[in-house]
Amino acid sequence: MGVIDNSQNQVASASFEAEIEISDIEHPLREAARMFVRNKAAVAGLILLLGILVLTLVMPFFYTIDPFDLVWAPLSPPGTENAPFGTDYLGRDILAGIVHGGGATLAVGASAAFLAVIIGLSVGSLAGYYGGWVDEVLMRITEFFQVLPTLLFAMVIVALFKPSVATVAIAIGVVSWTAVARLARSEFLRIRSLDYIKAARSISSSDRRIIWFVILPNAMPSLVVQATLAVGGAILFEAGLSFLGLADPNVMSWGFMIGSSRDYLMDAWWTVTIPGIFIFLTVLAVSLIGDGLNDATNPKLRER
Amino acid sequence: MANFAIIAVKRIINAAVLILAVVILNFLLIHIAPGDIVDTIAGEMGGITPEIIAEIRAEYGLDKPLYEQLALYVLKILQGDLGHSFFYDIPVATLIWDALPQTLLLVITALSLALVIGTIFGVIAARRPNSAFSHFITVLALVGFSAPVFWTGLMFLIAFASFIPVFPPAGMATPGLEPGSMDYYLDVLHHMVLPVVTLALIYLAFYSRLSRASMLDVLGSDYVRTARAKGLSERVVVYKHALRNALIPIVTIAGLQFAQILSGAVLVEAVFTWPGLGTLALEAILRRDGPTILGILFFSAAVVVVFNLLTDLTYNLIDPRVRLGSKE
Amino acid sequence: MADPLLEIEGLRVEFDTRDGVATVIDGLDISLHSGEILGIVGESGCGKTMTALSIMRLVPVPPGRIAKGTIRLQGEDLLQASEKRMREVRGNAISMIFQEPMTSLNPVFSVGDQIVETILLHEGCSKREAWRRAVEMLDAVGIAVPEVRAHEYPHQMSGGMRQRVMIAMALACEPRLLIADEPTTALDVTVQAQIFDLLKDLQEKTGAAIVLITHDMGAILEMAQRVVVMYAGRKVEEGPVDEILTNPRHPYTSGLIGCVPHLNADLSGERLPLTEIPGVVPPLTKLGQGCPFAPRCVKALEKCRLEMPPQSVVGEGHRVSCWLIENDGSGYE
Repeated sequence: MGVIDNSQNQVASASFEAEIEISDIEHPLREAARMFVRNKAAVAGLILLLGILVLTLVMPFFYTIDPFDLVWAPLSPPGTENAPFGTDYLGRDILAGIVHGGGATLAVGASAAFLAVIIGLSVGSLAGYYGGWVDEVLMRITEFFQVLPTLLFAMVIVALFKPSVATVAIAIGVVSWTAVARLARSEFLRIRSLDYIKAARSISSSDRRIIWFVILPNAMPSLVVQATLAVGGAILFEAGLSFLGLADPNVMSWGFMIGSSRDYLMDAWWTVTIPGIFIFLTVLAVSLIGDGLNDATNPKLRER
Repeated sequence: MANFAIIAVKRIINAAVLILAVVILNFLLIHIAPGDIVDTIAGEMGGITPEIIAEIRAEYGLDKPLYEQLALYVLKILQGDLGHSFFYDIPVATLIWDALPQTLLLVITALSLALVIGTIFGVIAARRPNSAFSHFITVLALVGFSAPVFWTGLMFLIAFASFIPVFPPAGMATPGLEPGSMDYYLDVLHHMVLPVVTLALIYLAFYSRLSRASMLDVLGSDYVRTARAKGLSERVVVYKHALRNALIPIVTIAGLQFAQILSGAVLVEAVFTWPGLGTLALEAILRRDGPTILGILFFSAAVVVVFNLLTDLTYNLIDPRVRLGSKE
Repeated sequence: MADPLLEIEGLRVEFDTRDGVATVIDGLDISLHSGEILGIVGESGCGKTMTALSIMRLVPVPPGRIAKGTIRLQGEDLLQASEKRMREVRGNAISMIFQEPMTSLNPVFSVGDQIVETILLHEGCSKREAWRRAVEMLDAVGIAVPEVRAHEYPHQMSGGMRQRVMIAMALACEPRLLIADEPTTALDVTVQAQIFDLLKDLQEKTGAAIVLITHDMGAILEMAQRVVVMYAGRKVEEGPVDEILTNPRHPYTSGLIGCVPHLNADLSGERLPLTEIPGVVPPLTKLGQGCPFAPRCVKALEKCRLEMPPQSVVGEGHRVSCWLIENDGSGYE
């Protein structure tokens, strides 16, 4: 008969070794951290950010010149004694402005981003998880906020209520949460349909548990990346508003420095160039870190 | 085609609702503002009596119930009446109409440049992944995002209007030239270069990266492999088969970015003292000219809605998968 | 016997990976005659698709490369040909159809356009003539109302229909060789049978040779006349399908056949127990000098791990690479 004798193929593992390699299993956080550290640009960004944090949070205690004080002749170039970075049109020390002004910029940037993330995450996660009419309503609201030109709307808000650090931060946050919402929603939609969610549901986990303990941790990588982007964007936004003169005039910030010296740029380039460089470096640092996090957590998506 | 018509109607209704929502928002903002119209006018006039205040209130319809005021407001907007500027004492709509062309000139030029160059850059970078050019694009995108747009503009001014004075430092045209003449147009062009380049740079950074990502994605797809297996030359594969598919997300996203684009324009106009909507808005805010501010807000939001609608409909038209309905 | 249509000799293909150089194909010899249907079977990753891509010279050249060997199409070594010459060959003398009909056609062009494109490229006839032939081809692959459907877009068709379109496109320029890489894996079982019938039918009509690449022994039985069994980039056995089925000489081949119980089922008899081949395919960067199957082979000898066995002839057109076979055809049983 043409029947193949299968007995010769019975598993006979007792008499030989199957050479199977099981590679070491690594905790995803460790793996992400390792990949991040390998990324030279990301590490450079981190170091840069640390430098800037030191400059703006620590240095003010050492370099105590008030940025609003008139220290020397106006429009002195960098390298003048008493004013290493020069002075502006009123004679204010630029270096003092950098050291003391950074705090406001960073504080507003961070809190605005934080606000945007909180709002965006809430809206997006609920929309993505529950779907149906909840999704519809929330998405309509998101769309509404999306069509309002961000800068104009923020300008209006700040103009309506007295401009202060808090107002600016809130205005920026209120205007920039839609990107986070979209991302959160798509992440929740994606993860919600994965099999392990069905498994969690089948053991009757409550919605709240599932959202907080299962989906959210999985959405974290993308959300963290988006959050760093939001910080960068918020810093730029704040700089823009200060530049236009719409922020609190009693608080020194880098954008304010550029804006107030704008008319003197032809004769005193350092008054606008130097603060701008610091804004650039800060946002660059944050972006590099964000890119690094992105690569570390989503290696397949990265295209060079 | 019926498929398309249904989609179109749905989207148009959606757009109308959005615009209505913006109108309502505007209305709310008018009434939230601490201090209202009457206070401002009263402030200007000096010497008020309660009777005069009541008169003003009646004139502006502020004595009517809120929802009636809203209805009136909506009606006014539908007729194109966006209010009356406190500062200039002319209709807001006129102000906007006068300022709009200048802004459009800037934005459309910058956007077109950025899209075309950005797409080309992306295609080149995608064909040579890991090359120096591809790294250049990454760096460009990073720098383009991190440098504040107004600062870049100022740097350009310093470089090309001060150190090497090639371009004019401000404004749109040199006074004294006959509008409509060739000299005038050339002059405007001359003034346009720096602001357009500043604006375009930001968009370029974004679009090159987007284009590269889209192209890379498409170049790895199965139908590109099929095209190669048919014996088509690499050029045909890239520019005919791949690019058409890669353009779809690029154009779509470009269209949806319009809200950001307007923001960039405001800052650039401020830097270069370009007489457009952005400058108008800024001045209105600094002068607390409520109607003008809100008029511009509404107008730009409406433009964004319309623009999104157009992009949406165009996308539905050009992608046959959507146009004809899918069997999947 | 007539000269072979396609002759692959000593093919070696390498890939640069993060863990080193992976040898995805080594020492491969395959002969194919006109009008023959040859099956290439093996597990995922055994090099069968890479063989097809090598014939078409579509191996992605960084990170891969064709390190050694010749591939002769009617005497002409394709590996030495210019890129221009290869473009003449692709879609024309040699055509290929792929596994995923859902994504293998360009979504923004109509199916007719895509077939016409090939015809215009290789035949240089008028557009009208090309359209006529395209419609003819759609008809030949069994698509109803071809003149209407030619204007449809891929997403308007089912998977089975798209695969038919792919076949029509591949055969449009009357190739001498059609390579079918897992053409039915992504399709429903009923559609699979239709596609196989179609291929056999067209093969008879056009006289083209077919290389059928699959991991499914059942498909081989259905379509092929001869079969090549590959493992980890090497050919381990080849021969006429009936012979291989009833008399497999390589332990891996026996294992493969054993994995498809119905091939030999006696319908009235007892159900045979499911067998499996223990272990997994080794990483291609870590292959040693010996037989790649040795770690999983129940019959492995010490010699098997140390040295790659040469090809031995064990029957009419039946060759095996295994130390268990002595050169005269007898062997350990």
